[in-house]
Amino acid sequence: MTRGQRFLAGAAAAAALAALIVAPLSLGRYGLYVLSLWAVMSIAAIGLNLTLGYAGQVSLAQGAFVGIGAYAAAILTTHGYPLAVAIVAALALSFVIGWLLGYPALRIQHHYLAFVTLAFSTLAFLVFRNEEWLTGGIYGISGVPRPTMFGLSAAKPLAFYYVCLFALGLASLALWGLVRSPWGRAFMALRENPLRAASLGVDTRRYTLMAFAIGSALGGLAGAIYAPLTQFIDPTPFTLTLSLNLLMMVIVGGSGFFFGPFIGAMVAVLLPEWLRFAEGYYLILYAILVMLLLIYSPSGALGILDRYLRGRNARAASALRAATRAGLPDEAVQ
Amino acid sequence: MTRVLEVSGLRKRFGGIAAVDGVSFHVDEGEILGIIGPNGCGKSTTFNCILGQLAPTEGEVKLDGRVVTGMRPSALNRLGVSRTFQLLQVFPQLSVRENLILAGQEHEGTMLSRLFGPPDAGLGPAADRMIGFFKLDHLANTPAGELSYGQQKLLDAAMAFVAGPRLTLLDEPAGGVNPTMLSTLKERLRAINRQQGATFVVIEHNMEFVMSLCSRLLVMAEGKVLAEGAPEAIRANPAVIEAYLGH
Repeated sequence: MTRGQRFLAGAAAAAALAALIVAPLSLGRYGLYVLSLWAVMSIAAIGLNLTLGYAGQVSLAQGAFVGIGAYAAAILTTHGYPLAVAIVAALALSFVIGWLLGYPALRIQHHYLAFVTLAFSTLAFLVFRNEEWLTGGIYGISGVPRPTMFGLSAAKPLAFYYVCLFALGLASLALWGLVRSPWGRAFMALRENPLRAASLGVDTRRYTLMAFAIGSALGGLAGAIYAPLTQFIDPTPFTLTLSLNLLMMVIVGGSGFFFGPFIGAMVAVLLPEWLRFAEGYYLILYAILVMLLLIYSPSGALGILDRYLRGRNARAASALRAATRAGLPDEAVQ
Repeated sequence: MTRVLEVSGLRKRFGGIAAVDGVSFHVDEGEILGIIGPNGCGKSTTFNCILGQLAPTEGEVKLDGRVVTGMRPSALNRLGVSRTFQLLQVFPQLSVRENLILAGQEHEGTMLSRLFGPPDAGLGPAADRMIGFFKLDHLANTPAGELSYGQQKLLDAAMAFVAGPRLTLLDEPAGGVNPTMLSTLKERLRAINRQQGATFVVIEHNMEFVMSLCSRLLVMAEGKVLAEGAPEAIRANPAVIEAYLGH
């Protein structure tokens, strides 16, 4: 990206943030719920984007981590612990389980890894459904309280929306820092060419495990906020469908692009709402739109923008090379 | 003179076939050793056994007197053994500068210090020096995938030297590179060898390149060492001519 393009991207992000703060003021209860759900799903999707998009490790278990976080938060908060404690516990629990789930990835990749994580997803669902003493089984856990922070109650939908947005903001900042640190570079090296990465001293084992652990921890964080958002959880939202949905968010938004998951979550959470006018046909319409997008741009929504920018920069670079060959000073082509 | 690398009795079997069959050699500090031999004679397999990419069936590899046989590639690299691959292996989506920073970032500090330290891991200046040294200045911020093949080969070699390695193993650095770029590459490799006393092992098919670059040659055939000596002696060795030209 050139400096001008970076400025435009920054301005666009600032405008989007302003809209996210101001727009909900006029929304009703349901609108606020949908927007809060978008924020929660975005957190889970940026986690998966780290594991899959940056580090190249396929996972069909992100939905299970949302479930693990949600149950951890629901159990703790209904036992009187504050949400902050529940969030830390959810993060830690999903980090550790994610780390362990990373071990198979040290031996297998791609489709095979997808199957292992899929099996884990099913296993987690069975635990949610069958371990009644802990999870309430099919009856779930109701009455998950919303927090009161600094004497302010976040029980109202608008207030809790801001809690969701704040969590999304924090998670985004953390991930932004992470992918810009040497870790981000090592994750991308792991994705592009693990053999070469290892020959440059990159400890591919540790980075693979970290990619799983951090990505899963963000899934857990999303779950820990999802529980007080819906105030009732049961096993049904955390089936394989959620994992597949999160995978779609990452792919549709643009895997490996920082802002991809935000767009992807928008497509997955908001688009179906906007298509309600089509009534019974809305799912068909939704599926067609997603397919068309991916046929037009396999690298997702942000892939379109990236292709355009790359094309421009590549043309500028080749003009520069041609000018250098011709012995012209650089200024002549700028 | 200090022995940097010592390989003794190295053997690698794949089923019934011994790809490397009892190879022994050493490399002294500041030396450029060339390994030549017909295709399939076990040169690259030898490299992969030394570098921990393959576990040797038998034999021992010593780095500065320390046994490193079977050590993982990333750990070996952090001990100062770097390499380039036969097929070009740069990271196409990262810029030239990012590729070079990546090549050095895992050599200092801990995982934690890299997470909270500066984004370039303090390697910006070192990367820029390497960019200047390999004459890639105007391409520093270009994604490596947009470079020409020869430029990518230069970058590939530059990446092997960022961390100031003790020993560098180059697998066919000249393959597919045009003559102009090749002379740049040779001249740069010589300069690093001279200025920093860097030690190399080079696998190469380009005879002219290898003869003029290396101080000593090792000829392999059918998994064994066929001959060893100065380039002139090797050129005149009848067994070598036989192995190369066939029957």
